[in-house]
Amino acid sequence: MVARGDRMTAVTVPLLSVRGLVKRFPGVTALQGVDFEVRAGEVHCLLGQNGAGKSTLIKVLSGAHRPDEGEVRWQGEVVSFGNPTAAMRTGVAAIYQELDLVAGLSVSDNVFLGHELSTMGFTRRVEAHRRTRALLDRLGHPDISPDRDVGRLSVAHQQVVSMARALSRDGKLLIMDEPSAVLDPDEVRVLFGVIRELTAQGVAVVYISHRLAEIREIGDRVTVLKDGRTVATGLLAREVRTAELIGLMTGRDLESVFPQREPVDPAAPEVLVVRGLAADGRFSGVDLTVRAGEVVGLAGLVGSGRSEILETVYGARKPTAGTVEVNGKRLRRGSVGAAVRAGLGLCPEERKSQGLLLDQAVYRNITISSLQSFARFGFLDDGAERTRSSLLTTALEVRPPGVERVVRGLSGGNQQKVVLARWLLRECRVLLLDEPTRGVDVGARSEIYELIRDLAAKGVAVVVVSSDVEEVLGLADRVLVVREGQVVHEGPADEIDESRVLDLVMEGHAA
Amino acid sequence: MSEDIASTTASGTPVVVKKETRRDISALLGSAAGRNTGLVVALVLLCVAGVATAGDRFADLDNLLTILRLASVIGVVSVGMTFVITGGGIDLSVGAIVALSSVWATTLATQGVANSTHWVALMGTALLVGGACGLVNGMLIAYGRIVAFIATLASLAAARGLAEIISNRRTQIVDVPGFTAFFDASVLGVPVLVVIFVVVAVAGWVLLNRTTFGRRTFAVGGNPEAARLAGIDVRRHTVLLYTLLGLCCGLAAVMLIARTTTGSATHGGLYELDAIAAVVIGGTLLSGGRGTIAGTVFGVLIFTTLSNVFTLNNLSISAQAVAKGAIIVIAVLLQQRLARRNGV
Repeated sequence: MVARGDRMTAVTVPLLSVRGLVKRFPGVTALQGVDFEVRAGEVHCLLGQNGAGKSTLIKVLSGAHRPDEGEVRWQGEVVSFGNPTAAMRTGVAAIYQELDLVAGLSVSDNVFLGHELSTMGFTRRVEAHRRTRALLDRLGHPDISPDRDVGRLSVAHQQVVSMARALSRDGKLLIMDEPSAVLDPDEVRVLFGVIRELTAQGVAVVYISHRLAEIREIGDRVTVLKDGRTVATGLLAREVRTAELIGLMTGRDLESVFPQREPVDPAAPEVLVVRGLAADGRFSGVDLTVRAGEVVGLAGLVGSGRSEILETVYGARKPTAGTVEVNGKRLRRGSVGAAVRAGLGLCPEERKSQGLLLDQAVYRNITISSLQSFARFGFLDDGAERTRSSLLTTALEVRPPGVERVVRGLSGGNQQKVVLARWLLRECRVLLLDEPTRGVDVGARSEIYELIRDLAAKGVAVVVVSSDVEEVLGLADRVLVVREGQVVHEGPADEIDESRVLDLVMEGHAA
Repeated sequence: MSEDIASTTASGTPVVVKKETRRDISALLGSAAGRNTGLVVALVLLCVAGVATAGDRFADLDNLLTILRLASVIGVVSVGMTFVITGGGIDLSVGAIVALSSVWATTLATQGVANSTHWVALMGTALLVGGACGLVNGMLIAYGRIVAFIATLASLAAARGLAEIISNRRTQIVDVPGFTAFFDASVLGVPVLVVIFVVVAVAGWVLLNRTTFGRRTFAVGGNPEAARLAGIDVRRHTVLLYTLLGLCCGLAAVMLIARTTTGSATHGGLYELDAIAAVVIGGTLLSGGRGTIAGTVFGVLIFTTLSNVFTLNNLSISAQAVAKGAIIVIAVLLQQRLARRNGV
């Protein structure tokens, strides 16, 4: 509210202002001059490609990193947060992409972690429980029980718990790093409702997202980062043109995000045939056929069973019924090894925890599924591994290109390309992609789309799972909509639009 | 809290300068060569201390060969342990497995079976018993899904107990013709025990760094879930890792029998701690995913040399234990520093 009355806030001191912030790490300067300010009660959006320095900036603001140069002012006074606790006490709370909750502890224990309610050293469980409940109600999630083990909650619900934790600290500035990436459309709506309520109470929100539509909907002002520098700040979120934003972020113009689709040859062989696949309590009766060169999209809410279907096809979960055939050969149940040998490849949902060996070199991550082809009597040809990997990273435009680099240091988009390169190297025939562009910036995103299309053009059968309906429709030839473990719709992607998919996805969900 | 929120710019500049030099040093220590340099320096310092305090008694060729002979047995176990730890596991039962392998093999020998067969049967028995113990450990951990710490803790108790039952708690003296002769021999002045250690270390290095098995070990230790989804049979690999370590224990048992001419249920006491300590100070991460055979070899040599220097100076075993503890703590503290620096 306050932010929109520009005249009024112009005279007041900004809640947070940042000047000339510089942060160096061994070998890289992550931030080299960031300026922006956040006013009380506004939603300030931070835009930038992966590697632009957003994550580092958040860590500096929330006290996880100390800046090397520059100043941070809180309500006009220069401050330096030595650690996240100090930042939280001041009123800055960050909700990270990788949620920092402790699995095994209950929801209310997590909310009050680090500032437990206690009397003479004894925790006040009942009070913590009551307050947690109140916070969850305020966040529109009375369905989450304060006693639940956080590890058993869905990612979306875990995020709500993270927000409750920030609120429990009486945060005046919430930093949200891509909160919508793990949420479904209706959950995003709830999140926006919460954000509007918080800002009306004078809380400021720094909102990071790659989805421009969201930024227009919820944001007040936008700051764009590129290569660790502020390239534009104070843009009005509702008025600035999309082309301008993308231009600022990438330094180049972007025409269309989704590549052209080639019609699928109806005579192309059915590479992947799934019949009657079921897993107890997760999903049942799933039939799925993918032809060579076809991209099939699975749309559905988080928890609808779409990721589980993909993982079961891949053998990472054991089905209770049904069969998976690749090129007419039935796969052994629940065996990833059999699936990989048959030509399947999976880019998992959680790239960092499921997909990558973060502390190992890029080339080792690429060759890990193809070691046999580089080995003679078990001895690896290291040089050949590097050469072949290097050809792939060049072809996929992985930046920076060195294959000796440790994967951890790459941005989300480039990490995803490394996982893709792994399956390209194996020349897999069926590629299963779970949320292929989560945490990937706009520029790299369209590159990944193009890559997926190129693969399809070469005859690979592709299955894409995504929460982003636009992505599923833009990328896939055919769409399957999954709701509560059932396929409720199947049809060509160009015969259905986004709102219809959302209807299907949500039908019965609200009830 | 007021300390936390101090003025930034005032103290900013000098801190930056200090960080730069620190970074250079940590970058050097962080590289593989640098890490081993640190270990070499530590070893050289120990030797200097040995010469300074014990003079010719330390620098004597016989003494140096004694150090190497002592290092050989625990060294073979430590090389195996490097694989298990790099693969994200831990094995507390190695000492007990050494004891069990030794008495099983010597029971065979003393009961006269071996007199009619070749002493290679004795060796084979020890390897077989060791390998089987490792296989059991691996199966319990990989397929029984018991946490490695607990599974091998159970093996530690059970194997040692079984060794006592088999040997009736008696030390068994080995007098198999050919056996002692073979292991007492030297190749170009190097005792056979030391030769075995060198061969195992070199083979271990090649296996870890140049083969698919080694690469998978790093993957399994670094991120088991990612390794599984990349198509690696993580459970089978885990079993192989523990079996490999079991075989190393069996070999160590043979070497121990040769050195002491006995088999005993008390052999290999606290080997688990010595082996884990050597692996860790060598630079292998206890959390898995990073491991170095060269580092382990240096770790073993550092500990053995330390014992030797202490013994030559008539210092008690208790004092040695304190020194060992201190070295482990310092090494792990350094390692964590490096991990944090490189992790950013």
